[in-house]
Amino acid sequence: MSDPAIAIPAQPRVKPPDWKSWLTLNNRYVPPVFITLILLAGQLSYGILESYERTLLAIGTALVTELILGRIFLGKWLNLASAYISGISVGILLRSPAFWPYAVAAALAIMSKYVIRYKGRHFFNPSNFAICTVLFLLPSSVAMLSIQWGNNMSSLIVIWVLGSIIIWRVNRFNITLTYVASFLFLAVIRAHVIHEPVLSEISPLTGPEYQLFIFFMITDPKTTVGSKKGQCLVAFLVALLEMFFRLDQSVYAELYALFWIGPIALLIEMWINARRTRSGLASAPTLATSSGMAHP
Amino acid sequence: MKRGPVARIILAIFFIGLIAVPVIVSRISAKKKADAGQFNEKEALARYGFYFTEVSKQAGIHFIHEAPELDPKLAAIMPEVASMGASVSIVDYNQDGWPDIYVTNSREGSMNALYRNNHDGTFTDVAPELGIADVNKPGTGVSMGAVWGDYDNDGYPDLFLIKWGKPMLFHNDHGHGFTDVSGKAGLPKWMNASTALWFDYDRDGRLDLFVGGYYNENIDLWHLKTTKIMPDSFEYADNGGRKYLFHNLGDGRFQEVSAQVGIKSRRWALASGAADLTDNGYPDLFVANDYGVSELYINDGGHFHEAGEQTGVGFAPKSGMNVAFGDIFNQGKYSIYVSNISEPGILIQGNNMWVPQDGSSSGKSLHYENLARDLGVELGGWSFGAQFGDFNNDGNLDLFLTNGYISLDRDRSYWYDFAKVAGGNSTIIGDARNWPAFDGRSLSGYQQKRVWLNDGAGKFEDVARAVGVTDTHDGRAVAVADLWNNGALDVVVANQNGPLLIYKNHVDPAEKWIEFKLQGTKSNRDAIGAELTLYWNGQEQIQEVEGGCGFAAQNELRLHFGLGKHPHIEKAVIHWPSGTLQTLNSLTPDRLYHIKEPE
Repeated sequence: MSDPAIAIPAQPRVKPPDWKSWLTLNNRYVPPVFITLILLAGQLSYGILESYERTLLAIGTALVTELILGRIFLGKWLNLASAYISGISVGILLRSPAFWPYAVAAALAIMSKYVIRYKGRHFFNPSNFAICTVLFLLPSSVAMLSIQWGNNMSSLIVIWVLGSIIIWRVNRFNITLTYVASFLFLAVIRAHVIHEPVLSEISPLTGPEYQLFIFFMITDPKTTVGSKKGQCLVAFLVALLEMFFRLDQSVYAELYALFWIGPIALLIEMWINARRTRSGLASAPTLATSSGMAHP
Repeated sequence: MKRGPVARIILAIFFIGLIAVPVIVSRISAKKKADAGQFNEKEALARYGFYFTEVSKQAGIHFIHEAPELDPKLAAIMPEVASMGASVSIVDYNQDGWPDIYVTNSREGSMNALYRNNHDGTFTDVAPELGIADVNKPGTGVSMGAVWGDYDNDGYPDLFLIKWGKPMLFHNDHGHGFTDVSGKAGLPKWMNASTALWFDYDRDGRLDLFVGGYYNENIDLWHLKTTKIMPDSFEYADNGGRKYLFHNLGDGRFQEVSAQVGIKSRRWALASGAADLTDNGYPDLFVANDYGVSELYINDGGHFHEAGEQTGVGFAPKSGMNVAFGDIFNQGKYSIYVSNISEPGILIQGNNMWVPQDGSSSGKSLHYENLARDLGVELGGWSFGAQFGDFNNDGNLDLFLTNGYISLDRDRSYWYDFAKVAGGNSTIIGDARNWPAFDGRSLSGYQQKRVWLNDGAGKFEDVARAVGVTDTHDGRAVAVADLWNNGALDVVVANQNGPLLIYKNHVDPAEKWIEFKLQGTKSNRDAIGAELTLYWNGQEQIQEVEGGCGFAAQNELRLHFGLGKHPHIEKAVIHWPSGTLQTLNSLTPDRLYHIKEPE
């Protein structure tokens, strides 16, 4: 959950109406605005945040880190939309009474893009990497957002409808849909395997953590494969690995599943593309690499 | 990438360091804590000025709490839905000047116990002969707690029994027995309450009774018509039990007036406390709710308005399980301690220490800030009851916290299933049928208790194991009292499905103390709600006589102040509930003073 889930065509053919431009593919600020609205609505209605200060610390750390590293390694001041989403994601999802985990996680998220790279490309979703790292290594200091949003249907519907519209407009709805369908199917299987109520297995999908996961994290264009079929396959594999983590009673199964499947899928895609290039059968550039986002 | 490998290597080193340093620091800190936890009496006395020894068996107390066994439809999650009921209250039921102990049991047919203090360090259960043992009869529900208050001002404290079931009021017949007066009092036939307290909300000189419901009062937990009894949200639930305020009419009858005076809530109340937080002479009411925000009912003179959000204590929803008031900075102001849940890596709510902000002592400007983390009293596991008390008599209020939710199989945890369902939609979590079976697993079980020592400079240090508090039972209620009448605050802990523990306190005799037993005349005779501010060595500390606080607990009515070494006591000022102010001079340390309200 770091990059706006958008792809920007090089030359738009027809200029859309003004009102529509806010939801068109070349508006990289739609996802940041959307997630900000979710945050504000959640905070004002339910008080979802640990505190404004902690979230602002995460955002500020992400922005500053991106500015510094972009300047050092790319020689320019980068657009901060991506870093903003990384920061706000950490600020919303992470739960800690202390301040420092927010700064550390936000910094790790941005730095991971510059450190963990292969052939010029980063392949971990930044905020997923950071959150998984601190959850795994510092469990006594941090937890994750789990029981907010009032557990009620109205919040759920609003976020799902708005999220679906945004994701559909930015050509990523196939990923969300595949993941959700896979999760539901596998939830039924899990329930039969472990002899527990089906609704208890479906329950996580109705929680806030998943709403952020399916709309912002798993759809990140920089860390998803290019082809539609490939995206659907990866989304299914994330759900499948998550099932095994769940059978092992891992609380943050979906995050850990994405942590492993996402990078592996990208590496495989890069290997396939390289082979195609070498054999003169290279296909069109991937959606991710053509997105035009200012990333190292 | 424009920069070369050197810059990338430096960045990589910094990146690895950013991951490694917090981990290393965290492990070193954990190791230090473990090393510092070895109990040695002499060392504890020298270093902290006190230590505890658990003496329940020597004291003749062999009480084991038994949890409720509810409708079989709830069998799969019985450990969770029947996870409360162990309580303790301190009372001098026979007015012999020695604190006695009343504890509740919660299985149908089980017996409550009243341990009479034999003045020699031993106790004898006299509940059966006095008629307050067999109170969990099938069909009448079971005990969840007890609070004592002299509602008819006859000099002997009476007993209100908090139940999931038929609430009961027992009149104390001058220490020789108890009479069930529930019918005459006009109490409801059924409620599923977990908290109650005595206070004189309208200052008419008669004790009134607040009761906070947990499960909806229309549910008979032993004969369920539906399994949709669970909270409809884990942070915003409002389908719990109703609240009651029973106004004492003075003739043995009570009138339920909660709606009339502005108390309307269906949050899941677990703990409550009353104190005059606004300095207007009337006791305000603080309610800690499970599955939601706390509520603060400001008393405007017999009528309440809810000001939780306005004052800052009622915005962030947690799992409130305790209310305790303590003047932790010796400034004449109460801070409020509310316990919640913290489980590493899964749910870190953190406990709250609500400290009144400077300049907000009264009225609309009252505002609190949570300083639990800064003070070091935030993380206490699955926390339940907590009480303030100056355990080493150094003049600063310390904090004793018990914790631990469900201790079953040590190697298997229910946390995964709990987290899986708790974050879901209300239609899923509200129905017990959708909850995975416990299957013998633990949920935040076998937890180490906390004894936080106040250094007087804004920090609390956990010294539990170092001073001899090593049990890992599923703690629920904590009450403090000077059981041996020796100027040291002892601690009694009631454990769910576990033994009643008596932690006898051994304090360095160089640390002085003073105690006060107040008796109202115009005010209620127990002086519940009376505040005493002690001034010594240039500092002040306020304490009040409480009619129930903590979680399912009541401390002794006597007020205990630690004074430190070589104290010079300037005065004590008592603010009686009637409004009378009384100043005491020429006080000397190491004494118990019996003070009667001026007529």
